[in-house]
Amino acid sequence: MTKRSATTSTYSRRDTLRMVAIGGAAGLFAPNLLGKPAYARTSSAKPTGRVIVGLGQEPTVFNPLMVHIEVDDGVHFSVFDALFRIDPQGVIQPNLAVEVPNQKNGGISEDGLKWRIRLRDDVRWHDGKPFSAEDVKFTLELITNPNFRSWRTSGHSLVRDITVVSPTEISWRMEEAFAPYLSFLTETFIVPKHILEKEANPNTAAFNQAPVGTGAFKWGKRVAGDHLELVANTEYFGEGPHIERLVFKYIPDLTVLYTQFKSGDIDLVGQPYITPDHYGEAKTLPNRVVTLVPRASFESFYLNLERPQFKELAVREALYAAIDKEAIIQGLYYGVPTPTETFMPRQSFFFNANLPLHQFDLNRARKILDQAGWAPGGDGIRTKNGVRLSFTNSTTSGDPLREQVQQFLQQTFAQLGVEMKISNLPAAVMWGEFWMQSQFDSVIVGSSYLIGADPDVTNRIHSRSIGVKGGRGSNNAQYANPEVDALLDKGARTFDPEARRAIYSRVQELVRRDLPFLPLYQSNAVEGLKKGINGFVPNGNTRTESWNALAWYWAS
Amino acid sequence: MSAFLLNRLSQSIVLLVIVSIIGFTVLNFMPGGPLAQFGLDPGMTQKDVERLAAQLGLNRPLWIQYLDWAWRLIRGDWGHSFRDGSAVLSVIGRHLLATLLLMGTSTAFAIAVGAWIGIRGATHRYSLFDYCATVGAMVALSVPTFWFGLIGIYIFTLKLGWVPAGNMYTIGDGSVLDYLHHLILPSLVLSLVHVAVWSRYMRTATLDALSQDFVKTARAKGVSERRILLKHVVGNALLPMITLAGMQLPSILTGALVTETVFTWPGMGRLFLDSLGYSDYPMVMGLLIFSAILVVLGNLIADIVIATVDPRIRLG
Repeated sequence: MTKRSATTSTYSRRDTLRMVAIGGAAGLFAPNLLGKPAYARTSSAKPTGRVIVGLGQEPTVFNPLMVHIEVDDGVHFSVFDALFRIDPQGVIQPNLAVEVPNQKNGGISEDGLKWRIRLRDDVRWHDGKPFSAEDVKFTLELITNPNFRSWRTSGHSLVRDITVVSPTEISWRMEEAFAPYLSFLTETFIVPKHILEKEANPNTAAFNQAPVGTGAFKWGKRVAGDHLELVANTEYFGEGPHIERLVFKYIPDLTVLYTQFKSGDIDLVGQPYITPDHYGEAKTLPNRVVTLVPRASFESFYLNLERPQFKELAVREALYAAIDKEAIIQGLYYGVPTPTETFMPRQSFFFNANLPLHQFDLNRARKILDQAGWAPGGDGIRTKNGVRLSFTNSTTSGDPLREQVQQFLQQTFAQLGVEMKISNLPAAVMWGEFWMQSQFDSVIVGSSYLIGADPDVTNRIHSRSIGVKGGRGSNNAQYANPEVDALLDKGARTFDPEARRAIYSRVQELVRRDLPFLPLYQSNAVEGLKKGINGFVPNGNTRTESWNALAWYWAS
Repeated sequence: MSAFLLNRLSQSIVLLVIVSIIGFTVLNFMPGGPLAQFGLDPGMTQKDVERLAAQLGLNRPLWIQYLDWAWRLIRGDWGHSFRDGSAVLSVIGRHLLATLLLMGTSTAFAIAVGAWIGIRGATHRYSLFDYCATVGAMVALSVPTFWFGLIGIYIFTLKLGWVPAGNMYTIGDGSVLDYLHHLILPSLVLSLVHVAVWSRYMRTATLDALSQDFVKTARAKGVSERRILLKHVVGNALLPMITLAGMQLPSILTGALVTETVFTWPGMGRLFLDSLGYSDYPMVMGLLIFSAILVVLGNLIADIVIATVDPRIRLG
């Protein structure tokens, strides 16, 4: 009996081992069965070398018009072109268009309603077909197709009567004047009509997994869960590309991402970049270039103004005065971010540099609350008209730096007689209904307010944008100021940059005064790359470090 | 035996249905959902989110969503990932190969080394080797794999430069040697815990076999200790290990989440974590059902093996 069962069992074990061996061998050899990869081929073309960009999230959406996250942008900027491109100074430059339309050159009518775009005549899709105005028309119509899972529809939904004047000219009418649209178009990549028009369902088209663009890089291959490779488009109409292959490598753990940068496995650290706690060490690494790059993302102590505790300006002012911003930035964030008083990037043409500067002053904070009638109750917590100055604060759980900020603020606020309870949530919960439907008391959040470099913040600050009140946008603080609303409406209709600067400066003043959120700092990305990579230019007006990979090259 | 098998199979199907209902309900009741990741995008409006929810069918009653999913599953359509639109089964297939490679190597290593340590510990009970093996196993079981991984990378990659910091292969290489080179550190780290488990089980099983009458008889007959060990003890001690290996089958295939994360290994564990992070319902449900099938299969195999060995089980 024992012998028989032992024999049976031994056979099973061998069988299992054999299965494992077959699986292992398949794993080893399978990738090479499909033929030599692109990099192994010899090419007489100019582009040489390869750059591996390490990313903390995996790019998965390759149709640039479909809903996606920022990490996908690096692929979109490389494979596709938009009508315009935005440079690091925030100036819109022509890309597929030959010029940027404005009211002076007649590209945009005086009332801002008629747009005419002239296109390049030397652009070809990666499959060799010529690019034309038909592709632009198809793209703009696809975005507003109700059955298509499109990304942002703001601005595009105002477009009417698209007319292909000629293969190199297109015009349309806007339902209402909307100046930010030019900026939105810098993030609207044009897709090929001749491929997608044949698809019954564009949401599931094969194109979405192997896109064809006009960009400087062609689609190579994707190894799901690991990396994707793009190869140089040697027929590109513009300058570049100079590298033969661009690789986006997915490394989910930030410590591991940094370690692989240290060990040389990746050439460039992309989103979410090097964490602030590694900044000091990263700067000292040999043969690496590590720099702080301003981003258009802002960290703030964000309030729900419909909560009775926060309705009164005095409370918001007192809380702001009680935040030791400098201690947080220097002590917890290793001096990486830059303090700010607004939601506008310091580098923007529209940045208001004359806003009152925050000063940490606990005595002033106490005085403000005393004068407003918030008196300490029996438990030491201030109260007014039956409302206790007590609230919860939430942020993404698992973010140790933000959790330290919370604990630091909790202690400071307690000295004022303000109770702050911490209640953190996973990201997938935090930024869902809890955030969009204003279910929070207060949150610590890092977010952008702008799309591209346009100063329009209607979606985040206009009272029409309060989601929980049926609004269209994400004004989750529920901030409502009629003067701000009027200014934002006017700003969206104004095309003259100087006039817009005055408008958005005033908006910043009002928001700084009203404090719907307490601004903490503007983020700086700790970007790192290997010495020898040239042509890398950071651009805070885009969401990706790889916006100009076509200009990168290795020093010989 | 066929009645026994039918009985077990029908139980398994009921179990799978229950698992799927619980999994689907829990997943869909978690606040947030697959569109939460767009909450911070300045261009995404509440209306955009609602439009996408309708397009993905997320605005339908939960029971209709479940029935729709289950009906498709029965017809062999495991659905498409919300993230990239890929077919769930093909994504699982792509990640399965990577996991099989890593887990297969580490399990083979763990069984070989663990068995050797266990047998040697039992035959040299209370020796220095035995004490070291006991302490070593306790350390391996107590220290998180994540820490082992990072220490391994620090020493063997950053300090000594012997092995890569992670990844399954060097992009642009992909030779067999390159794969093996990348396999060394993660499979060793991963096998540490399994070596500890196997060595402890093997030590106990060997001691048990050593105390059996047939060993005493063999000794009385003057058979050499080496021969007793190889011919009588090891074979019998390995028997319960085979059941253990059968039960471990699901864990071999569902991956090693932590190790795959530390070593940037594109396997099943990381896929599961990523899919949960994105609330990619079709993917999470696919992985859940896949794992459940493996658990059921693993148990079924173990049951069959035991029933073959001991017919009384079939009657019970």
